[in-house]
Amino acid sequence: MNDIYKGELVRLSAMDPDEASKAFSRWDRDSEFRRLLGSSASDLVSQKNLQKMIEKDLEEQSDDEHIFSVRKLDDDQLLGITDLNVDNWPGRDAFVGLGIGEREFWGKGYGTDLMKLVLRYAFTEINMNRVTLTVFEYNPRAIRSYEKAGFRHEGRMRKVLNKEGERWDMLFMGILREEWKEQNGNKIKN
Amino acid sequence: MFNIQTQLFDGQDVRLGPIDHEKDPEVESKWTHDSDFMRMYDTDPARPMSAAMVKKQYEKLEKQIEENKEMYYFTIRARSDDRLLGKAMIERIEWSNGNGLIRIGIGSPEDHRKGYGSQGMQMLLRFAFAELNLFRVSAEVPEYNEPAVALLKKFGFVEEVRRRQALERDGRRWDLLVFGLLKDDWQNQAEG
Amino acid sequence: MKNIFRGELVRITAEEPEARAKVEVRWQGDSELHRLAGAEPAMMESEKKLKEWFEKQNENGFKPQRYPFSVRTLEDDKHIGFFGLWVDLIHGEAWVGIGIGEREYWGKGYGTDMMKLCLQYAFTELNVHRVSLGVHEYNPRALRSYEKAGFQLEGRTRRDILREGVRTDSLWMGILRDEWLQMQTGDQQ
Repeated sequence: MNDIYKGELVRLSAMDPDEASKAFSRWDRDSEFRRLLGSSASDLVSQKNLQKMIEKDLEEQSDDEHIFSVRKLDDDQLLGITDLNVDNWPGRDAFVGLGIGEREFWGKGYGTDLMKLVLRYAFTEINMNRVTLTVFEYNPRAIRSYEKAGFRHEGRMRKVLNKEGERWDMLFMGILREEWKEQNGNKIKN
Repeated sequence: MFNIQTQLFDGQDVRLGPIDHEKDPEVESKWTHDSDFMRMYDTDPARPMSAAMVKKQYEKLEKQIEENKEMYYFTIRARSDDRLLGKAMIERIEWSNGNGLIRIGIGSPEDHRKGYGSQGMQMLLRFAFAELNLFRVSAEVPEYNEPAVALLKKFGFVEEVRRRQALERDGRRWDLLVFGLLKDDWQNQAEG
Repeated sequence: MKNIFRGELVRITAEEPEARAKVEVRWQGDSELHRLAGAEPAMMESEKKLKEWFEKQNENGFKPQRYPFSVRTLEDDKHIGFFGLWVDLIHGEAWVGIGIGEREYWGKGYGTDMMKLCLQYAFTELNVHRVSLGVHEYNPRALRSYEKAGFQLEGRTRRDILREGVRTDSLWMGILRDEWLQMQTGDQQ
């Protein structure tokens, strides 16, 4: 069986609440990072509280949610996070979220490698039929990266974000199991 | 169009009301035993609920509403005898962005096709735009729920997203649609 | 959409702690019934304790891994039995536990109707890939009923049950989604 946790540039690892909350305290102060990642109002939460929140999330994980820290393969540096959230079990549809908190690693292929890894996990370990994501129209770098990863555009919720006095759309993208299989040389039987 | 005096919660044959913890659980329990209603209204596996479970769910709901103010929930009731007909809500409200997700359902098949859904929708939208001052509302609906799709289109909702094969029921896959309505569109329609 | 809560003889309803506890007390008093159904030592619990147990199951709302139902007759709404599905979500496998507590309803097609509803729910609402069950080798009536429903014998754990001084096997059966779907189209022809 393949090592499903290792990509070419990054690897998935368990999230350590202490370490992750320290990292997030730093990353969240980069409001651009924050606004690329989430739609709710950016806020600054203490590391202590973040740690509590992360501990709670990890505890409630069960089968519905799979949260990982993302590390560089070469020196194990913590780069960011990713999570898969099963939205509908009978349809086997999961939402994927990912974020690279360390700016110097933007645009260098780490996000692409991470997405490849997470999709493999989604389709070959938790056996999803499709993976969904949302991305804001003001994040063209991510949109391109997701297109490259095989996601297809499925529409956009118009003017759903109100930031800096402007309204922005939220794009939906999805990749089906058959599409992912084909992209990966049809090596998977089911 | 509307002014402060025009009632928010009174429609022609129906009105929006609060939860009646004594009377409603039994009625809603009955709806949950109708697999057609459940499969139309919800994307989770259809499951019948006892009146006691419904009652607990109401309590959890009201607690949630009080705690995080991201939801407004109404019952749809007959004006004549206060009978519970359905429910209408706005949830996942993001105040900084001015959005919410609406859900509306009329529970019993005998109460369908009588205009109750339309009246409920009319009041819900006015509440969303003229009282909560939201900028847009969304609705998620399975593609096989044709009456819901028709109702949304009637009120000016636009199909914005098609999540391909996101659902599976009765041995086939179905798309999940997301519809959106902007305040301007609603305003123009209401005035027109 | 198909009505997945109604069969030809029975319908499925929510598992209500009070009602369920009431019948469970009576059913627990029938030791043969218990020994056909389960492997744990026959025992009898108070209605109060049972009610609390059933309430506890529903305490935190529905879980995507567990689907318990009560079964009532269509004719006179009599609470005759139950079935439950336990789902391994990741692998898409469901285990079923099913039983008719009221003896007068044995051997009259009620069990068959219940299993039909159960499999239909598993395959067209939960969309699992297989349904599994275990049955005692000393329960030939159930074994035949499951075979008729489409289950295949997949294995047996030898002499793992000891009752009345006699060792018996547990039989393990399964039905795959494709097999069940094939059976449906067969019916329609």
